[in-house]
Amino acid sequence: MNINIKDNFHKWFDFNQKKTLLKFLTCGSVDDGKSTLIGRLLHDTKQIYDDQLSSLQTDSKRHGTQGSKIDLALIVDGLQSEREQGITIDVAYRYFSTNRRKFIIADTPGHEQYTRNMVTGASTCDLSILLVDARKGLSEQTYRHSFISTLLGIKYLIVAINKMDLVDYKEEIFIKIKKNFLAFSKKLPKNINVFFIPVSALVGENIVFKNNLMPWYNGSTLLNILETITIENSTHLKEIRFPIQYVNRPNSNFRGYSGMLVSGTIYVGQPIKILPACINSHVSRIVTFDGDLIKAEIGQAITIVLRDEIDINRGDFFVNVDSFLKPSQEAIIDVVWMTNNVLLIGQSYNVKLSGKKIRVYIKEILFKIDINTLVQEKSDSLNLNGIGRIKVTFSEPVIFDTYNDNRMTGSMIFIDLITNITVGAGMIKYSLNNENQILSNNKTDFESDFHSLISKYFPHWNIPKLAIKKVSGQHE
Amino acid sequence: MFKKNTTYLRQLESESIYIFREVIADFQNPVMLYSIGKDSSVMLHLAKKSFYPGRIPFPLLHIDTGWKFKEMYIFRDYIANTSKVELIVHSNSKGKLLGLNPFQSGGSKYTDIMKTEGLKEAINKYNFDAAFGGARRDEEKSRSKERIYSFRDSFHQWDPKKQRPELWWNYNGEINKGENIRVFPLSNWTELDVWQYIFLEKIEIVPLYFAAMRPVLERDGALIVIDDTRININSNEVIKKRMVRFRTLGCWPLTSAIESEANNLEDIIKETVTVTTSERTGRAIDHDQKSSMELKKRQGYF
Repeated sequence: MNINIKDNFHKWFDFNQKKTLLKFLTCGSVDDGKSTLIGRLLHDTKQIYDDQLSSLQTDSKRHGTQGSKIDLALIVDGLQSEREQGITIDVAYRYFSTNRRKFIIADTPGHEQYTRNMVTGASTCDLSILLVDARKGLSEQTYRHSFISTLLGIKYLIVAINKMDLVDYKEEIFIKIKKNFLAFSKKLPKNINVFFIPVSALVGENIVFKNNLMPWYNGSTLLNILETITIENSTHLKEIRFPIQYVNRPNSNFRGYSGMLVSGTIYVGQPIKILPACINSHVSRIVTFDGDLIKAEIGQAITIVLRDEIDINRGDFFVNVDSFLKPSQEAIIDVVWMTNNVLLIGQSYNVKLSGKKIRVYIKEILFKIDINTLVQEKSDSLNLNGIGRIKVTFSEPVIFDTYNDNRMTGSMIFIDLITNITVGAGMIKYSLNNENQILSNNKTDFESDFHSLISKYFPHWNIPKLAIKKVSGQHE
Repeated sequence: MFKKNTTYLRQLESESIYIFREVIADFQNPVMLYSIGKDSSVMLHLAKKSFYPGRIPFPLLHIDTGWKFKEMYIFRDYIANTSKVELIVHSNSKGKLLGLNPFQSGGSKYTDIMKTEGLKEAINKYNFDAAFGGARRDEEKSRSKERIYSFRDSFHQWDPKKQRPELWWNYNGEINKGENIRVFPLSNWTELDVWQYIFLEKIEIVPLYFAAMRPVLERDGALIVIDDTRININSNEVIKKRMVRFRTLGCWPLTSAIESEANNLEDIIKETVTVTTSERTGRAIDHDQKSSMELKKRQGYF
C-alpha cells in the first residue's frame, strides 16, 4: 500500500504507525562489499539526502575506489580512521524505511579482530545478511559469522552472493556456493531458515531492483525478502517475566515496581510470585503516565503496584504463581570473550544480568570452539574473540532463564573488576540446580512455609534468605 | 525483542523509558542535558513517563553560550517552571570573561570553549556521573557509531576504538571516580519519529520550529535569523523579512533556518517526509572541516 502523505495525512500517519520493525545485521569478510550493499540499499530506496549525496561525490574522488563513479561504501564508513584504512571498525546503526516496514541495520565489521563488535550487533537483531564474494566462495568469516549469528539466537540468515558482475552472472557459481553453504549449515542449529540471493551491490542487481541480469534467478530481491519476511517472536517463554528495574516510591502512599514486561501478559487482579523471596501477592494496579492499564503486554514499560506491602528490590522478578523458576547459584554458560586479558579458570568477574549486578567465579571451561570447523576442543583459557562453554558459580542465588527461552533474562555481560570494561558476553545454557528447592537441605516443609510467612508479613525483620543446596553436574 | 507491542513509536518509547530507569538505578548523580530543542522536549517527556507518578529524579542542565534565541530562553524558563524540575544553567566562565563570540572567534573555537568546555566544567563542578543527551544516531555519521551508554574518561574524551561492547539491553555503567557516562535514550529514533511522537503526544516545543515571518540575513548561502544587535552587517548585506522555520536549533548565528510555510505539526511532518536535504545541513559547525563532529565528540562535545 502506498498512501501519499499530501493526500491524506491521517491515513498516512495511522498506516505509518503500524509498520513493523525489523532489526538486521550485515556481516561478511572485509572487501565482500558490506558497505557497498548498505549504501546501495539506502541509495536505491532514496534514503540519502541531496547534501549527503554531494558530499559523497566529493569524498568518492578523494577516498573512493570506484574511479570517477560514486563509491556508495563511503556513505557508511564515517570515521576518519576507517576512511584511511578503508575498513569498518565499529558497529554502526543505520535507519531506513519503506512503505512496508522500518529497518534498523547493525553494520558490523568484517575483520576477525572485531568479532566482539559483530556480537554486539547480533545481540539485538533477528536476521543476518551474510555476504559472500562470488569469486572467492565461502570463507572463514562466513563460517564464523553464521555460527555467531545462530549462537546469538538469530534464526534467519540471508546468504547474499555478491559481486556476481565479476563472474559474468554465472548460475553455476551461485549454485556451487549455495551447495557448499548447505553442506556447512548441517553443523548449525536445525531450526534456522536460510535464503540465497545472487546480487551485485555495485551494479545494484537484486538489491532493490531487478534488471534481469540473471534471468535464471526467479527469486525475490533482497529488499523484498526483508520487507515481507515474518519473524517469529524470539521469546519462547509464555510465562510472566517482569524483572524489577526501579522501585518508585515518591511518597509514603505509593510504592510501585517499574520495569519492562519481558514475557507473558499481566492483568489487574492477577496473582503473581515474587522471586527470589518466593512470596505470592496480587497485582492491584498497572500504572503508566497515560493512565492505569487493565492489562499489559510484552515490551511495555509499566509500574506495578501490589496488593501487599513487601520488600522488593531491583533485580527481583515477578513471575506467575505456578512458575517453576527458581533462583540458582550455578550455571553453564556460552561465552564470547572480548578482551586481550584471557579468561581463565578461577577468575572472578562482575556480571550484569537482568539489572542485577553480582560477582561470578569461573569454575570450569568445558570446551572452546574452533570457529572454522565448529569442533569442540578442551582448553583452560579463552582468548580475545574466543567462544566456549563454561561453568560458573554466582556469589548469591540469582534468577535467570536459558538464553534459548528468553534473550533478555538469559543473557549477561562480564565486567572486568579493575578496568570496568565489558569483557565478555554470556548466554545461559542451563542452570545447574534447577531441580533443587530454594528451601535448603534439612528444613522441614513446616519450617520452610513458616520462613516464607515471616518474610511476607514481617519484611522489616530482614530475615536472611534461605541457602540453596548445591548439586552440580546434573545436566551435563 | 518487543514485537508484540502496539506500534513502532510505542516500542521506541518503551525502550527509551527502559534506558531512563536503568540509568537511575545504575548511577548516583545523573543529569539531563537540556538544550531546549525538539529532542530535549521529547527526552523530558519520556523522563516524566519513566518516573510517573514520581517526579523526575534528576536536574536539567543547560549549557548556556549566551547566544541562544530569545524565544529559547523564554521557553526554557517556562518548561522549568511548569514541569517542576530543577534547572541548572551553566556558562563557561572563562569564555564569558574573554567575550568569545561566534562571529570573531569562528564557530569551531567558540563551540569548543562555550559548549564542550562549558559542559565539562559543569559535569566536574556538580560531580555528575551520568548525563542524558538527546543525540540520535540518524543525525550524523560519527553518531551512528555511538553507544547508548557512551563511556567518557576523566578528561571527558570519547574514544571510538575503546567503546564498550553493548550487548542486548545490558548496559555497563561501571565507572571510576571522575569518569562519566553519556547516555542517549533517543539513539534509535529518527528525525521523523521525533516529529511524529511530538504530534502524537502533543509535546510543547519552541515556536521557532514553526514557520513565521522573521528577520533574515543571507550569508554564505545560509539563512541567519537575526535575534539581537550583536552582528556586524557588511555594507552589501540586507536583513529581509522571510517566511522561515528551523529544523534544528542551536546558537542563533550558527544555525540556519529553512524557507518554509509549515506552521503546524502536520505540515512539518509532511515537509520532513518530502525534504531532500539532511537535518544538520543547517548546522555550521558540522561543516567547518571533514569529520568535524567526530573530532568534537572525541574532545567531549555531546
